[in-house]
Amino acid sequence: MLSANELKTYISNGFNALGQPCEHIEVRGDDGQHFEAIVVSAAFTGKNMVQQHQLVYQALGDRMRSEIHALSMRTFTPEAWQNAGKRI
Amino acid sequence: MDTQAAIKELVTSNPVVLYMKGSPKFPQCGFSGLAVQILQASGVKDFVAVDVLADPAVREGIKVYANWPTIPQLYVKGEFIGGADIMRTMYEQGELQKLLAEVAA
Repeated sequence: MLSANELKTYISNGFNALGQPCEHIEVRGDDGQHFEAIVVSAAFTGKNMVQQHQLVYQALGDRMRSEIHALSMRTFTPEAWQNAGKRI
Repeated sequence: MDTQAAIKELVTSNPVVLYMKGSPKFPQCGFSGLAVQILQASGVKDFVAVDVLADPAVREGIKVYANWPTIPQLYVKGEFIGGADIMRTMYEQGELQKLLAEVAA
């Protein structure tokens, strides 16, 4: 069963592989199927929401089609995350 | 007409199109149900709902069309707007209502 921590590692590794390390990642979900993620990365700067989410999907690659059933996410640039008070 | 051409034809000839799992009355997935609720809360009376579970070619084809691996997917005037998360964020910011009001006008 996929854990939230494993998913966090997948996202982190995926962004590292793209050469764009994440500043902050949070993943919640303990049923192995449904997850909620917050991803903060400078790689999102200048991108619209669709492009930001596409980047996360790209980082996850084929896992998105196989292992991960449902992923809800919110993406932030470091600046937006700062403005949000570093919490949701 | 191949699947990609059929999708393009549908989303460009209808102002609001939602690709979802199930129907607006009987959504087969929580995210699809949420997307329908958001559209209704945004004041949209008429939109075209496409049940991807009815056609495997559309279910896979729509993921390729928008380079987006998940469903639901919202299209307004042919443009891909986003999935359930983006719809929710835009709704909370009032942007989705604005966008959809322009279409209805």
